[in-house]
Amino acid sequence: MLIKDGVRVDGRKPDELRPIKIEAGVLYRADGSCYLEWGGNKIMAAVYGPREALPRHIQDPTKAIVNARYNMASFSVEERKRPGPDRRSTEISKVTSEALESVIFTELFPRTTIDVCIEVLDAEAGTRCAGITAAAVALADAGIPMRDLPVACAAGKIDGTVVLDLSSDEDKEGEADLPVAIAPRNEEILLLQMDGHLTYKEFEEALDLAIKGCKEVAKLQRKALLNKYKTFEVE
Amino acid sequence: MDIPEVKRVSAVKRDHLARLAKEGKRPDGRGPDEYRPIKIERNVIKKAEGSARVKIGNTMVLAGIKLEVGEPYPDSPEEGAMSTSAELPPLASPEFEPGPPKPDAIELARVVDRGIRESKYIQLDKLCIEPGEKVWIVFIDLHVLDYDGNLFDACSLAASAALQKAVIPNERYGFGDNEPLPVTSPPVSCTFVKYEDFIVVDPNLDEEQIAQARFTVALDKNGDIRAMQKGLKGSFTIDEIKNNIKRAQIHAQKIRKLLEE
Amino acid sequence: MMRKIVLPGTEVGDAKSKLPGKGVFKEGNKIYASRLGILSEKGKYINVIPLSGVYDPNVGDNVIGVIQEVFKNAWIVDINAPYPAFLNLENVPWRVDYGETSKYLKVGDVIIATIAAIDEAKNIDISMKCKACRKIEDGIIIEIQPSKVPRVIGKNGSMLTTLKKYTQCWIFVGQNGRIWIKGEDERVNLLIKAIRKIEKEAHTFGLTQRIIKMLGG
Repeated sequence: MLIKDGVRVDGRKPDELRPIKIEAGVLYRADGSCYLEWGGNKIMAAVYGPREALPRHIQDPTKAIVNARYNMASFSVEERKRPGPDRRSTEISKVTSEALESVIFTELFPRTTIDVCIEVLDAEAGTRCAGITAAAVALADAGIPMRDLPVACAAGKIDGTVVLDLSSDEDKEGEADLPVAIAPRNEEILLLQMDGHLTYKEFEEALDLAIKGCKEVAKLQRKALLNKYKTFEVE
Repeated sequence: MDIPEVKRVSAVKRDHLARLAKEGKRPDGRGPDEYRPIKIERNVIKKAEGSARVKIGNTMVLAGIKLEVGEPYPDSPEEGAMSTSAELPPLASPEFEPGPPKPDAIELARVVDRGIRESKYIQLDKLCIEPGEKVWIVFIDLHVLDYDGNLFDACSLAASAALQKAVIPNERYGFGDNEPLPVTSPPVSCTFVKYEDFIVVDPNLDEEQIAQARFTVALDKNGDIRAMQKGLKGSFTIDEIKNNIKRAQIHAQKIRKLLEE
Repeated sequence: MMRKIVLPGTEVGDAKSKLPGKGVFKEGNKIYASRLGILSEKGKYINVIPLSGVYDPNVGDNVIGVIQEVFKNAWIVDINAPYPAFLNLENVPWRVDYGETSKYLKVGDVIIATIAAIDEAKNIDISMKCKACRKIEDGIIIEIQPSKVPRVIGKNGSMLTTLKKYTQCWIFVGQNGRIWIKGEDERVNLLIKAIRKIEKEAHTFGLTQRIIKMLGG
């Protein structure tokens, strides 16, 4: 039983997000960075570039290459994960790169790469959405020109009810998961994946909910970026 | 570290550091025997059996401990085992590249491993579940987040701090309640580099980039030596090595206090 | 007091009455920010002055470069931009014969140069034929975020004048975020602290006064 009288196991309502904390500009070496906690997820994202793409034969003379790398720390999951990429993280890296590239003005920086590093330090369902959300903040912090600030959030189905932002238990026991990334200004869909079982009507409901979630998270992203410039010591 | 040196250090910077060194000064104003501020935070990762985030100046590393049930080594059928790995992800520095661990990361992990192993910090003899069949294997994973020099001390300290409050995950394996990981007193590592005949503790990135030689020593609570590593192409005199160890004994006592807080 | 800070995608004006300047883009009838920065309107133009980001070279900029590679007829120079720059032996203040380049500038040497030309594929030519151009042999170089350079220089060079006056140091600010400093160690340290403060508080008002106070004015 994952939901009873409209209340989920962790006490949330169907359309309620887990607690989220975002901080921009946390790393010293990176050109832009973000630390994000979302439920039990802890994500560190960093951006380097645009910098000369090397070796030279990978350069695109018309635009920058956006190269996101999603990586899980060995200790971020219940059973220790062997370090290095596997098929799952390779796929997530690919769809993340594509989602981010669609909002970046890549044509301004021919022959370069924009490297986005997403490290999952503690994982509890929804790491790809948390990773994209953190990466977007790191990109803005790095001063990368973009059409919009991408943001991601998942919806899903548990016990026949469409809900927002699945927890780990809900992800394991639930019937469907629908991670979505959008450019919130025009509600463009940048990433969409789904597994499980949804009727078309349920899909519509889940997509609406996911977009509503994205917009809530977008507010937190913007607040985090502005926060970095809010405080300074007056001596 | 494996850095294309020519691109990173300009002649002006090299000359500047050399001139300061002759006057016994360091680029960030520290004395030769001064660490940058050290900050230790424990239990920062919920999924890990133990964890610690350590900052030394701008350098930041995260150590996570995981325990798994496995087979013992044939020569120690009643002892648990340990394994240490280090990841230098591209997140932490513009020079780090993705891919399997390079020699730098392997050396780093092995030096941290030796300090812990040789000081018998983890009581491996208490990690036997069924003699010859099942023992606990302790995985120490070091994840570098921000690289501004001296990964050896940062990683060693993070590993020690993470192990200090780690638990044996009995519940996950249906062995009853979780219990604290049996540990003794942690090793403390202390690293020096030498450039222009100037030997300084806790090098920052600028200093590491022009360093000719590096020396790390891990000390136990009595100040006895449990592991050492000399690195890089330059050399130390015998007296310099002896002196480094004596200097390390003083630093290690102070750092040990931070671990005991 | 804060200046208005905008983020990528923030609507900053109406394209019917305003024109898109730098750091913004037009979509439909609206103008939006493309970068994190400070909103600034100049006449009909709406601009966003970036608070972060890499150095984007412009012809005529004076920059501090580090020699990366030496060829028989040219040097490749790191100018802290996404692209290395090309310094042809014809564009130096010395008469250099083919194959003699390494006698004049070696890998790691630091120079002041000016951006001479940039083509569409962002191939950059630099020249050492300018008043400020030279090989730097002493002092120290610090790096700041290139987007903060205008603040370190100040309006009509006012901040730079302040820094020089109160620290008695020699300062040359490259547009690429590299700053050359010479002076007594203690004064240099104070100057670096002041520059770091400017870098951190670039988006605030009243900064010059706080810097003067910090430098004991």
